[in-house]
Amino acid sequence: MKTFSLALRNLLRNRRRSLATLLAMIFGLDAILLFGGYSGNVIYAMQTGYVQLSGHLQIQRKDYFLYGSGNPAAYGIPDYQRIIDLVKRDPVLAPMLTVVTPKLQLGGIAGNFAAGVSKTVIANGVVVDEQNRMRLWDDYGNTSYSRPLALTGTSSDAAVIGTGVARVLQLCTALQVPNCRQAPPPPESGGNSAPPDIAALSALEKPAAPAASETRIEILAANEHGVPNVAALKVVKAENQGLKEFDDIYMGMHLVQAQRLIYGADTPQVTAIQLQLKHTSQIPAARARLEQLLAGHFKGAPLELQDYETLNPIYRQTIEFFNSVFGFIATLIGVIVLFTVSNTMSMAVVERTVEIGTLRAVGQRRAGIRRIFVSEGMLLGVCGALLGVASATLLAALINASGLTWTPPGYVYAYPLLVRVWGDWPLILGSAGGLTLVAIVSAWWPAKRAARMNIVEALRHV
Amino acid sequence: MHPVILKQVGKTYHLDAVEVPALVDINLCIHPNRFTVISGPSGSGKTTLLNLIGCIDRPDGGEVIVAGRPTQQMTDDALSDFRAHHLGFIFQNFNLLPVLSAYENVEYPLLLTRMPAQRRRERVLALLDAVGLSERAQNRPGQLSGGQRQRVAIARALAPAPQLVLADEPTANLDSNTGAAIIALMRKMQREHQVSFIFSSHDPQVLAEADDTIFLHDGRIVPAGRHDAHKEPA
Repeated sequence: MKTFSLALRNLLRNRRRSLATLLAMIFGLDAILLFGGYSGNVIYAMQTGYVQLSGHLQIQRKDYFLYGSGNPAAYGIPDYQRIIDLVKRDPVLAPMLTVVTPKLQLGGIAGNFAAGVSKTVIANGVVVDEQNRMRLWDDYGNTSYSRPLALTGTSSDAAVIGTGVARVLQLCTALQVPNCRQAPPPPESGGNSAPPDIAALSALEKPAAPAASETRIEILAANEHGVPNVAALKVVKAENQGLKEFDDIYMGMHLVQAQRLIYGADTPQVTAIQLQLKHTSQIPAARARLEQLLAGHFKGAPLELQDYETLNPIYRQTIEFFNSVFGFIATLIGVIVLFTVSNTMSMAVVERTVEIGTLRAVGQRRAGIRRIFVSEGMLLGVCGALLGVASATLLAALINASGLTWTPPGYVYAYPLLVRVWGDWPLILGSAGGLTLVAIVSAWWPAKRAARMNIVEALRHV
Repeated sequence: MHPVILKQVGKTYHLDAVEVPALVDINLCIHPNRFTVISGPSGSGKTTLLNLIGCIDRPDGGEVIVAGRPTQQMTDDALSDFRAHHLGFIFQNFNLLPVLSAYENVEYPLLLTRMPAQRRRERVLALLDAVGLSERAQNRPGQLSGGQRQRVAIARALAPAPQLVLADEPTANLDSNTGAAIIALMRKMQREHQVSFIFSSHDPQVLAEADDTIFLHDGRIVPAGRHDAHKEPA
């Protein structure tokens, strides 16, 4: 009689109890796998978003990441085109790359002077076609709702702004921004009226009311020498950026326009070179090769590499948050399974006390008795794990086919509600293995008690 | 060789603060290939003596030699292996595993002795045939009558070809006709397999069939019986 065959038959003796135990394990594993699949999808979606927006790696001037936002012009990379050419030509890096593109970020004051309003902004100068190519990255089969930049096909003086910027600059009507309430006119001063002659002069100086369709603004920024410079821009669209804090300061423009604003006729620079790889897993190899290249060809240049996780700290924080919730759920379910299986096995030991005595009398060793009960726990665990994985996969498929959507915090678009269970082997194997292990551990103590029974007392048990 | 020799064996149970002497200064040897019955009133120590001989309990003092081997110093695993190879047990309530068929119940002790599969199969089938249950080999205990279950238990006890079979009140749960048939079967098997049987019983049918009888009273052997089974060992 093989131990597992005996264990299976013993489990089938009390079908209802075994089924209840199995159901507890299946539901528990379903909860773990569905949450794991859901959180995994959120993480993949976030990663996809960040990689589409900023690439996997960025070459920056040293310390730009820490201090550059205060004075971007001081942290420019002068030889950026040489670096880009070097990277694109490198036989090691080239096969890994999808896009290498420069970016210039700057701070300034955007003003709709026709309306007499202004707003501080962070402007991003980008190569539009290359940014659009970056937005096609989809390594995880995520349904992506990202769209080409609104700057696509526009003239070099075009700009895109956040809806928060549009609201302050009173461009909502002109840009036909939905759900963007135009600010009411400021209240009249409560002080004494100015003398008629002063009031007349003031009226003459007051700019004419802007046309409702006028979307021209100016941006004022300090150039590389610290001298103010102004550029006139035509806002082509206002786009919600998801996070209000970001939406209230965002401006996008063509790289050449941003470079003209900061560097004028001098040699243009950028604040970052974005590298997007085919696969996220290539980051270590790409980073190592980049460091090698930069050290060889740009020795002494104050450059450093930043990956998307460093550039977007909320990504790691979100993973840690999900991990802590996952750990909490898994522990809770593990404890429930532990007590359920332990209770089942303890009852089995009590019910089969005489059998245990008989087996010991006919020559079964203590270890053999222990093995029988641990095998039953293991069998329960394996069956629970297999059925749990199967049912979780089925439930995930049903959820994925349901068409439900959700909007992650800080995102503009809704995403399909997806639960990735099948294919996430570390999740499946880890959860199923963990459940089986818990079932074995649960059976261990009752099994040990059974093995240590006094034979005579066991045979006398009623 | 005497299959069992006991020298100055004693056993006391501790029930809370009360000490209950179950066996006191037992000296005996069992003759080989005999039907030996341990008899006596309830509480006289019959089952305790059988348990000590069967190596499923340990004495407080004295020496227990079974199948020529002193058992006191054996580890628990060694005793388990010893039981598997040299002893067979028949219980009052049959104690068959309900999830196993008659065949598998008889086979179980042979798995413990690691007998090769082919030999194991032949032995099990021969024993089931000998106890008249070849047709019921695949039946589980729940599908068998009390007499049939005890036959399976006898076959299981004889499966590892033990030197000694211990039977604790084997006919207590059977009607007189079935009990008589079981005793006859055990006698037949004892003769055919050249094995010693030791019973604890006060069933007159069993006593009538005994070659040797050991009478116990208050944990001590009292001189009686047709043979001198309770003599001091030489």
